[in-house]
Amino acid sequence: MTLAYLGILALLIAIGFAFGRARAKAAGAAGRSLHSRPVYHGLFAVLAILLPMLALFVIGLPVANRIVEAQAVAQLDPATATNELQRGAALREIRSIVSGRPSATATADVRRAAEVYASVRGYADMLIVGAGLVLGLLGLALGMRALTDQFRARNHVERAVKYVLFACATVAVLTTVGIVFSVLFETVRFFDRVSPIDFLFGTQWSPQTAIRADQVGSSGAFGIVPLVVGTLLITTIAMLVAGPIGLFAAIYMAEYATPRFRNFAKPILEVLAGIPTVVLGFFAALTVAPAIRGAGEALGLSVASESALAAGLVMGMMIIPFVSSLSDDVINAVPQSLRDGSYAMGATRSETVKKVVLPAAFSGIVSAFMLAISRAVGETMIVVMAAGLAGNLTFNPLEAVTTFTVQIKTILVGDQEFESAKTLAAFALGFVLFFFTLTLNVIALQIVKRYREQYD
Amino acid sequence: MTNAAVRTLPSLDLVSDRAQARVRARYRAETRFKFYGLFAIGLTGLFILVVLTDIVRKGLPAFTQHQFVLSVRLDPAEIDPNNTKDPAAIRQGDFQALVRNALRSIFPDVKDRIGRRQLDNLLSSGAADRLRADVVADPGLIGQTVKVPVLISERADLYYKNFSTRVLRQAGAGTATPSGTSGEIEIALSSDNFAAVRRTRAELTLTENDPSRLIAINGGLVKLTQIGDTKTAGTVLLPLQSDATAAPGAWQVVTFQTPAANRRVNDREVAWFERLRELGHVESKFNWAFFTSGDSREPELAGIRGALVGSAITLFVTLIICLPLGVAAAIYLEEFAPKNRLTEIIEVNINNLAAVPSIVFGLLGLAVFLNFMGLPRSAPLVGGLVLALLVLPTIIIASRAALKAVPPSIKEAALGVGASHQQAIFHHVLPLAMPGIMTGTIIGMAHALGETAPLLLIGMVAFIVEVPTGISDAATVLPVQIYLWSDLPEISFQAKTAAAIMVLLLFLFVMNGAAIAVRKMFERRW
Repeated sequence: MTLAYLGILALLIAIGFAFGRARAKAAGAAGRSLHSRPVYHGLFAVLAILLPMLALFVIGLPVANRIVEAQAVAQLDPATATNELQRGAALREIRSIVSGRPSATATADVRRAAEVYASVRGYADMLIVGAGLVLGLLGLALGMRALTDQFRARNHVERAVKYVLFACATVAVLTTVGIVFSVLFETVRFFDRVSPIDFLFGTQWSPQTAIRADQVGSSGAFGIVPLVVGTLLITTIAMLVAGPIGLFAAIYMAEYATPRFRNFAKPILEVLAGIPTVVLGFFAALTVAPAIRGAGEALGLSVASESALAAGLVMGMMIIPFVSSLSDDVINAVPQSLRDGSYAMGATRSETVKKVVLPAAFSGIVSAFMLAISRAVGETMIVVMAAGLAGNLTFNPLEAVTTFTVQIKTILVGDQEFESAKTLAAFALGFVLFFFTLTLNVIALQIVKRYREQYD
Repeated sequence: MTNAAVRTLPSLDLVSDRAQARVRARYRAETRFKFYGLFAIGLTGLFILVVLTDIVRKGLPAFTQHQFVLSVRLDPAEIDPNNTKDPAAIRQGDFQALVRNALRSIFPDVKDRIGRRQLDNLLSSGAADRLRADVVADPGLIGQTVKVPVLISERADLYYKNFSTRVLRQAGAGTATPSGTSGEIEIALSSDNFAAVRRTRAELTLTENDPSRLIAINGGLVKLTQIGDTKTAGTVLLPLQSDATAAPGAWQVVTFQTPAANRRVNDREVAWFERLRELGHVESKFNWAFFTSGDSREPELAGIRGALVGSAITLFVTLIICLPLGVAAAIYLEEFAPKNRLTEIIEVNINNLAAVPSIVFGLLGLAVFLNFMGLPRSAPLVGGLVLALLVLPTIIIASRAALKAVPPSIKEAALGVGASHQQAIFHHVLPLAMPGIMTGTIIGMAHALGETAPLLLIGMVAFIVEVPTGISDAATVLPVQIYLWSDLPEISFQAKTAAAIMVLLLFLFVMNGAAIAVRKMFERRW
């Protein structure tokens, strides 16, 4: 059906374009002067067909679906389809029967409903395709009538193009709105079941809810403190690695490196930034973690095989390029006059960097670190592969800890029970994660903006 | 002079030892500081080097595969008893049994059930796939004896890749006289070959925690259980041709260095592996199956074709959504957007969206595309949509930069000769900005290719054997395949994970290279 409709649409559009343009060309050849070039006449005809047909498709199709389903459900025995859930199940069964997979368990009235569904569906499809054809032809006729020599076809087409461009630009906003709503709704529903106080300040995290109410741990515990601590621990280790290394690399690149060295070293950092995190996760889990474990055992320490240290170290390596490239930009933005002044006072280069450049670039570097932290907090694959699952409340980097992203992934991968507190908890975690990183980013970008203005 | 206390400047001390020491210290600090920077960059480079070599080292074995070349008699009774030559009937034939029999015929002495099962287990469960396909294609082969390569099990493959044990051979000193040709036998030696093993003990019982000691004699192989100074006892693994006394040098002391308890193949299997190699039945070839087959639970059958195709379909969906969308958004923001609150909100939004953790996009996909819109789980369609939203900010930002880089004079000239604003943009500015947009798009696509986390949440982690053929088939992608394999305990899967990573990195390398090439080729300085 959809295919037929779109086929008709494409055909009419092609006809409309050819018609509109040909007539305008003929008029031009006949020596009459046109306001718009022939191609705009063609495009206007296309618009006249496309808009009504698209509108019908977007509005009419869901409405038709609703009607068809209502007709089919009406055939069901009211006793067996009392609530939304049962009706949904029956509908799925009906659909699978209609699409040619007869189900052995289907009752007589479901079968009858399926027949009704199929016949109503057929009528609805014909109706929509027919209406679309009529609308398209009508659009074509009206459009062609409007297309006179002095008709401002270009202006109309350009206005439509502008709306399309605007719509594309708002997709980014819609994405954010979509993210906010999808996590917000589920989070609100989660808070119906678990109080926000327990969620934010509870020190137990074990989302496994038992199937029966009388089993141990039937309620599940949703305190995020262990996750906060785990995330914090791994992020801290990562920043202890990436902070100094990234900053020193940036200082060297900005202040000391010859152009030749820069050309050689910059790609190295870019390569690191381009390695997918799943690769680094593999490296962390299969190479770094055993190495740390081995080293720890040699020193007589007990190291968990999924220690926070392994994940943190590799994550630190991963975010070096973020720290260094952002800091590099910031340091380069410090005006040369400040450096020259310092050199004139007899300071060496390193003294200039330490006493003049870094203080001048301080706010920018802080924001670079904040962006790096937000990156580390939101990073998933390295911790999924190299960090633990159990919510241990510990600050010991040699033990296994878990993070927000690990828990979201663990809860949502595989079979989920909808509507369970456990599934909703993942969205609540996503909510916290999203707003935490968003806040960090907004503040950091604000600082960078103000910093740029300061020296521009 | 009214002021008695004239302030004298402190004299500038530049020459005393203390002053020079101070200057030297400052220069040392300078050198140190510079070294820190170099060290940081070096460390980063070293890290990349370590990651890459580690992965290549782990992944290279997965690119070769060993196989047995066996002479298989295509017994008509077994595969086509009614002589129908019907491909459907032939397909049903028990080719696995034919291959098993071919292998058993090399070791006719193996008659016990355990031994036969062990022998059968050297072959992969897909050992006969190739043979079956060949025979179905050419039924004329039935009744003949053909030499075919057959796939071997993961353990056998790992043995030939030297993951199990080293085998040392040493010519025996003195003569050796076996007491029999099969079963438990004793071998009398004329000189003490095992003094180093026995050390001070007069007699030593070997357990499976010791390296295995064997004697190859008269075309057979005996696993030793007791070692004395001249008298040894053991079990025959490969039957001897005779119990004649072997001359010095005509027999060998063989050692399997890894104790049997520490490897996944027992001594008898090692003996078979070595014998098969001696007889020339083993060959190693490039593992094309890795690229041509889908995922499997059997490591020797698993390949990345499904993941590669899944990645390609997903990226295609991503590209056709986010390229037009991103370029249109960039054109609007750069050229047509009025300076107002709404525009500002959009711009701030795009910058922030670029820094949203990728897993949050997975939540969006799960809640909106799967639960709300009811699109199919695990489908490249949904994966492509999610990735498109994920890389959209990258493409918008890159496209805006490219549009901005086109000098305003181009647009002004177009406007000057009577073009409308849109004509100036679409006919003149956009084509000139295209190389920059392409570069940004390729980099965005490379980013999408390596992305894993959001795809996990929309169900692209299922174990899928079939290669997907459309945008709504269940599929997985290369990074997710890597994640899935990395969780499996088998060494072979570890190697396959690393090999898949090498393929992924190669693609990324090529894509980034292409981006640089596009930039270099079309870059224009105004």
